[in-house]
Amino acid sequence: MSTMEPVLTVDGLRTHLFTRWGTTRAVDGVSFTLHRGETLGIVGESGSGKSMLALSLVRLTPEPAARILAGSVVLDGTDLLTLSEKRMRKLRGSAISMILQDPHQSLNPVFTVGNQLAEAVHVHRPELAAAAVRERVLDGLRKVRMPAPERRLRDYPHELSGGMKQRIVGAMAISADPRVLIADEPTTALDVTTQQRYLRLLREIQRETGVAIILITHDFGVVAEACDRVAVMYAGRIVEQGPVREIFDRPRHPYTRALLDSRPRRDVRLDRLPSIEGSPPSLVDPPPGCRFAPRCRLAAERCTAEYPELTAVAPGHETACWRWEEVS
Amino acid sequence: MSGSTLVEVEDLSKHFRVTGGPLGVRTAGHVRAVDGVSFRIGAGETLALVGESGCGKTTISRLMLRLETPTTGAITLAGRDVHRLDRAGVRWFRRKVQAVFQDPWASLSPRMRVGDIIAEPLVVNERLSRTRVRLRVADMMGLVGLQPWQARLFPHEFSGGQRQRIALASALITEPDLVVLDEPVSALDVSVQAQVMNLLKDIQRERGTSFLLISHDLASVRYIAHQVAVMYLGEIVEQATADEIYERPRHPYTRALFDAILPAHPDDRRPGSDAADEVPSPLNPPSGCRFRTRCPHATDVCGHAPPRTALPGGGSVACHLYPATAGSTKGPVRQ
Ligand SMILES: Nc1ncnc2c1ncn2[C@@H]1O[C@H](COP(=O)(O)OP(=O)(O)OP(=O)(O)O)[C@@H](O)[C@H]1O
Ligand SMILES: Nc1ncnc2c1ncn2[C@@H]1O[C@H](COP(=O)(O)OP(=O)(O)OP(=O)(O)O)[C@@H](O)[C@H]1O
Ligand code: SF4
Ligand SMILES: [Mg+2]
Ligand SMILES: [Mg+2]
Repeated sequence: MSTMEPVLTVDGLRTHLFTRWGTTRAVDGVSFTLHRGETLGIVGESGSGKSMLALSLVRLTPEPAARILAGSVVLDGTDLLTLSEKRMRKLRGSAISMILQDPHQSLNPVFTVGNQLAEAVHVHRPELAAAAVRERVLDGLRKVRMPAPERRLRDYPHELSGGMKQRIVGAMAISADPRVLIADEPTTALDVTTQQRYLRLLREIQRETGVAIILITHDFGVVAEACDRVAVMYAGRIVEQGPVREIFDRPRHPYTRALLDSRPRRDVRLDRLPSIEGSPPSLVDPPPGCRFAPRCRLAAERCTAEYPELTAVAPGHETACWRWEEVS
Repeated sequence: MSGSTLVEVEDLSKHFRVTGGPLGVRTAGHVRAVDGVSFRIGAGETLALVGESGCGKTTISRLMLRLETPTTGAITLAGRDVHRLDRAGVRWFRRKVQAVFQDPWASLSPRMRVGDIIAEPLVVNERLSRTRVRLRVADMMGLVGLQPWQARLFPHEFSGGQRQRIALASALITEPDLVVLDEPVSALDVSVQAQVMNLLKDIQRERGTSFLLISHDLASVRYIAHQVAVMYLGEIVEQATADEIYERPRHPYTRALFDAILPAHPDDRRPGSDAADEVPSPLNPPSGCRFRTRCPHATDVCGHAPPRTALPGGGSVACHLYPATAGSTKGPVRQ
């Protein structure tokens, strides 16, 4: 478990996308704290703004559509949003590192694995000699439990299985010993056995290096396996956050409750799976009040008029729901 | 569930030639993507085919859809060999068998209106007036929970779950007897997965449609499958009724798949097992039991092909831990 020493503090972050169709409020006032050595899960449906949030933290949002309008992202006392692009480039990968949703975007098909890993080390440690770089590369491959790492250096990405490719991407992301690692849906495309191995690998790396991890997913199984705390996102905002057991045992937001209920279970045979009818609101013109109200069984008049701010319901547990006492 | 047999798959194999050498013309070997597989699907039943990436699930679905021809073996639908049909037979087949694929973003043509996408199999396979087609489309849209006016919209105007409903409406419009569903919900959100699974169940109840459902996740098929076949490196290692396999999984590989299901609660986390990771190459699968390189119970005898032992309820398991007893065996599995 974490020692509760904050590494990354995000406050009031707002990232909007300006397109021909209007303004998409992809990240619309998000605040959370990430502690040393912990894994924070960010869960939410497709389109809820998870990737846009992650990209905002490392300032890699799509140009020119996206603009970070407000908020701060403080890493070890420095607000990343105020840094020059040059200083930000230095920190990216070394202090804060990201595994993209699509692993193909992170690997270049025309270079060998060894080349790409060496490049990743060289960017942050230009003073190292070739032999020292090679040693660090092999060390990274050992950290991600790559079988026969020396043999892999001369492979091209297409010669590797999906699971091995992911280890390479993982090795690149941790090659400079970052303080914070952001992994955007790293296991969604994998089959169950590979997924489980990958999540356990992340934990081992964390135990060895103390890196704090933000794990983005839409699957509560991933959260149950790998996270210490959870933030649930809905339509650009965090609607509930808290320690993982607290969220599983005492969810205090109807959306979290519904997400937990719709998971397929191996142990019970149900005649019908509970599902959430309807779909998330458009982020171009989100409804006033609680954004979940149109799909919520508990919705009352106040819910459609006034936005419920996050409020503490237990130590470290916050929810944004007017009727949280009636949930569960 | 022991309705009449709709699909019978008998000793089916598909081997792909892999080329190598400087000109890419030398035969480097054969991928045994599907290797001696047999199963049946009853009318109104769902058979789930489960296994890791590369075990041959999609190859079976492509054989079932006549997109590939078998290397050996045969598939019969309502008693007719689907790879030996005349022209009229092919038309019959196209009405009887439809498919829904994994990716709801790629499988619908972006420039066609949703109404035309849904109508397409009907227009291609049956001669009907425009009005009749429109009525059938409206019917189908209602069945999958879409509004008739949405027929005029384009696919990009729908969410992932809605697109999968469109694909399903299109697959069901000819009232097929069999729908092949290749990972129909893996690309969708958990909440939307539940909607689509419920819909599949309703449709089966109303129309008596049979499903061949492909998935890599045992947890997600429990709710809908009557029979489950577990595949490893081109072979079925265990096949049984859903109740049997969920309550008494026998094959060590089936158990490994269960162990890989992510926990339902953080308190159910288990320490990692150190089982061997890598799946052997299908170009050169291990002799005897193909799972033996990863199996925690493997012994010398596993170098020989395991017996295929019958299970209660009509299934079978192929593993030396379950020796065939007199009268209960269907004979040894093919090497
Ligand atoms: N390049 C872009 N240009 C314009 N809008 C975009 C762009 N990328 C994403 N969006 C919009 O921003 C919103 C948030 O998208 P985001 O990718 O962050 O969602 P997500 O939660 O990561 O979803 P998923 O689970 O599908 O990955 C969505 O409404 C999406 O349509
Ligand atoms: N046309 C082909 N030529 C050569 N090899 C092929 C061909 N199609 C499939 N294969 C190989 O056959 C094996 C089975 O592939 P298949 O696509 O059936 O697996 P799958 O179980 O559907 O996997 P996934 O879960 O990844 O979709 C794999 O090793 C694959 O590489
Ligand atoms: S036959 Fe042997 S190697 Fe194969 S699964 Fe059974 S015990 Fe393991
Ligand atoms: Mg995303
Ligand atoms: Mg497949």
